[in-house]
Amino acid sequence: MTTVATDAVMDYDEAMTKFDPVMGLEVHVELHTATKMFCGCPTEFGAEPNSQVCPVCLGLPGALPVVNEKAVESAIRIGLALNCEIAEWCRFARKNYFYPDMPKNFQTSQYDEPIAFEGHLDVELEDGSVYRVEIERAHMEEDTGKSLHIGGATGRIHGADHSLVDYNRAGIPLIEIVTKPMVGAGERAPEVAKAYVSALRDLLRALDVSDVKMEQGSMRCDANVSLRPRVGEPLDEAQLEVPLGTRTETKNVNSLRSVERAVRYEISRHAAILEGGGSILQETRHWHEDTGITTSGRVKSDAEDYRYFPEPDLVPVAPTRETVETLRGTLPEPPGLRRKRLQSDWGYSDLEMRDVVNAGAVELIEETVAVGASAGAAKKWWLGEPSRRANAEGQDIVTYAAGLGLTPAHIAELDGLVAAGRLNDSMARQVLDGVLAGEGTPTAVADARGLELVQDDGALEAAVDKVIEANPDVAAKIRDGKVAAAGALIGQVMKEMKGQADAGKARELILAKLQ
Amino acid sequence: MTDLPTDLTRATAADLAGALASGAISSVEVTQAHLDRIAAVDGQVHSYLHVDEAGALAQARSIDDRRRAGETLGALAGVPIAVKDVMTTKGLPTTCGSKILEGWIPPYDATVVSKLREAGLPILGKTNMDEFAMGSSTEHSAYGPSHNPWDLDRIPGGSGGGSSSVLASFQAPLATGTDTGGSIRQPAAVTATVGTKPTYGGVSRYGLVALASSLDQAGPCGRTVLDTALLHAVMGGHDPMDSTSIDAPVPPVVEAARAASVKGMRVGVVKELGGEGYQPGVRARFDESVALLEELGAEVVEVSCPNFEYALAAYYLILPSEASSNLAKFDAMRYGMRVLPEGIDAPSAEQVMAATRDAGFGPEVKRRIILGTYALSSGYYDAYYGSAQKVRALIAQDFDNAYAQVDVLVSPTAPTTAFKLGDKLEDPMAMYLNDIATIPANLAGVPGMSIPSGLADEDGLPAGIQILAPATKDERLYSVGAALEAALVDRWGGPILDRAPVLGAAAAKGA
Repeated sequence: MTTVATDAVMDYDEAMTKFDPVMGLEVHVELHTATKMFCGCPTEFGAEPNSQVCPVCLGLPGALPVVNEKAVESAIRIGLALNCEIAEWCRFARKNYFYPDMPKNFQTSQYDEPIAFEGHLDVELEDGSVYRVEIERAHMEEDTGKSLHIGGATGRIHGADHSLVDYNRAGIPLIEIVTKPMVGAGERAPEVAKAYVSALRDLLRALDVSDVKMEQGSMRCDANVSLRPRVGEPLDEAQLEVPLGTRTETKNVNSLRSVERAVRYEISRHAAILEGGGSILQETRHWHEDTGITTSGRVKSDAEDYRYFPEPDLVPVAPTRETVETLRGTLPEPPGLRRKRLQSDWGYSDLEMRDVVNAGAVELIEETVAVGASAGAAKKWWLGEPSRRANAEGQDIVTYAAGLGLTPAHIAELDGLVAAGRLNDSMARQVLDGVLAGEGTPTAVADARGLELVQDDGALEAAVDKVIEANPDVAAKIRDGKVAAAGALIGQVMKEMKGQADAGKARELILAKLQ
Repeated sequence: MTDLPTDLTRATAADLAGALASGAISSVEVTQAHLDRIAAVDGQVHSYLHVDEAGALAQARSIDDRRRAGETLGALAGVPIAVKDVMTTKGLPTTCGSKILEGWIPPYDATVVSKLREAGLPILGKTNMDEFAMGSSTEHSAYGPSHNPWDLDRIPGGSGGGSSSVLASFQAPLATGTDTGGSIRQPAAVTATVGTKPTYGGVSRYGLVALASSLDQAGPCGRTVLDTALLHAVMGGHDPMDSTSIDAPVPPVVEAARAASVKGMRVGVVKELGGEGYQPGVRARFDESVALLEELGAEVVEVSCPNFEYALAAYYLILPSEASSNLAKFDAMRYGMRVLPEGIDAPSAEQVMAATRDAGFGPEVKRRIILGTYALSSGYYDAYYGSAQKVRALIAQDFDNAYAQVDVLVSPTAPTTAFKLGDKLEDPMAMYLNDIATIPANLAGVPGMSIPSGLADEDGLPAGIQILAPATKDERLYSVGAALEAALVDRWGGPILDRAPVLGAAAAKGA
């Protein structure tokens, strides 16, 4: 459904001359442990509704939780990768509120004793500069079930005819990662927000703790935004001392692009309200992907009191320092360092590497090179048509390629066909189109479409002779040493050959005959 | 072997187990005898909320078959048992004494219930209790109170009054209980039966519908200390489904009950439990029991636990706080009662939830939910829940100090004998005071037991003595309890329950 924008917004650039934005991001990550946080039920996505449930995750009377040790390990590894301190002793707490998709009507979470706290993540922006995001905490909790509200105009519970609840998701382990207020980003705030979530996603993927599929909800972002009057440059002491404004929390912003857009929209909306002399209502906002706006959700000033208290059904989590150090030893190379290493291995310039990173294609290229492609070819093919199409679809390249079944092995195979001289560049593009259209592997597409460079030098030579004969003026120029003029003849040779020739070879022949 | 009484329901569980093992009787006979007794007297006592005649007999037959086939069976195999209705039983109703769970058939067994089934104890039925175990009289059961077999106009204690009255009226030789602030021990005291609250974590809580998770503890109920020990050994032990369960073997409770010795033990009388507010007859039987312990070779000293004074106040903050959260799940969405609010077309989930909770919960449950919700509210948390936790730590410290001097502590179990039904129903504070002596053990997680100490002179009703031991030293309860029990029975000239009035058709005929 479409939600019509009703809020006034201020032009972003104008807003930036008057206000300084501050953000806080809360990212929920579903861990991909085999079983749920507090019971033995499987966690696979997409199963028949209510087929992955038991007395514990259904919250039946009498059932008790038992902590999933794997989830604790993942939480600690995430904390360590975010440069956090790991609690020597911490507890779960009950967050009490009523909602039909929460079986116990409290969420087992962590409150004032998170497993990991006080960390940071350095985020590289598109221009290569680095913004340090301070991490407040990362804590463990369980996911809720999923409600589907049938009927009504909004798809929300109010106004619905009835609701269906799927408890398969209830009890799936979640890690919530909360930043400290992100200040000093200035007009780059939306970009910083996106870069942070992207860096976090890369990190979590490298840790192999989550599927981090934003579109499936295994990684979800809530973006808090507030504005304060602008009194100087974003990092000026005086600017940093201005008290924070009232914030809004935009819930469930579920793609990288949306993170950037939602932050940007809220900045413009806040600015319009503040400029008009109004004040910001502390509330949650719903993000509408289609129209690019937010609408009012739940007002936070009738503040929900969650009545947190330590979960008496669970014993404290007290990882020994040895355990923590052992887990530290399992951390992958930090994505930043890894990128530097790969850049050097691949011989990319800074700009080239940044393009690859921004396209989200580092892993794809790494895998493509691993199966035999050259680094240059891997970049060229991934950042070409597939990347362009993914962008047009608003998807990241990894997801897009996976959806189409385009694999690193395909790209390597394509590169192999070019290197072996079977395809020229324009033929290779056609083959890639075929692969993207689901016509099969590059070899299969080339075979089916009859794409193959003519290997018979006789035919090429005949074509070259014919073109030279037809263009005596050009031939004369080349004889006089104007080698650049060969281009015009090559084009005609290729035309003569109906594209089925190697342009390099044609050039060689032309030059050989005329020099 | 002891000769069994002709009426099998009068036999101890230990004697029944012996006769079953020897083949002298069958489990079907024993189970049928108890079912007949239930049919004869439960109309008067109202101990059971649900009797599972067919299920119990089927289990009994299966045990008899297995025994005949030469299988090695557990010590209590074939001895029937009554289960408190707070424990989930697969295929059997579990209401917790509440309307909100009327008709709910759990799809799973509590760990304790699985253990009973594995050990071969036929389950006769589910026993009455105060709604969600909130109360000291069973008067808060949504299904009406149970009656004290000693005087049917009086309360059988609570919340486990169903289980205590089952034992005192010989409707089962054994029963299970749960004790959050005294719900096993106080009912035992007022019915002249035996009940143990094990060390917190000694018996799995998985499948016990939670009242207050940090206080709840399931335990055994019997008519003798040995019977109770035999059941304790079946119920106890580590359960990976309960994180708070102790990962250690069950303490040697049966051995201790058989040894029945207090020689050389140091027994502490808690100064703060037994003064003002304790009925003279209760106090007198307690003093005699202490003197008996001394005669039996124990060294008796007085110890002080100064912070016990604050136990009741702390308890009535912690319990409602946890209960308010534990009971939130009863929302009409997934199981149990569902009430549609009147006068509202197409009510919302929230309205259905509110209407159901309004209709499904009784007044005491609502009182405690409101108390707990308030105590946990932001701005009040530190003053209420936070302070109560500090008191809790101080009480644990009092126990530590006491156990540095003595091996066990003793006190009267409850300040009075059984009061009349209706007497304290309108006065929650008076009702709460019943548990003044039992609550400290729950706050500190230490084990406690109540055994009969005799009948109070002024009303001829049973009084109980409470024995407390350090955490995980549950066997000490049984050493002391069994020694004292033997001396008292000797003095009485037979089990005290022999003096209880006759119930059923015999009573009606004026026997």
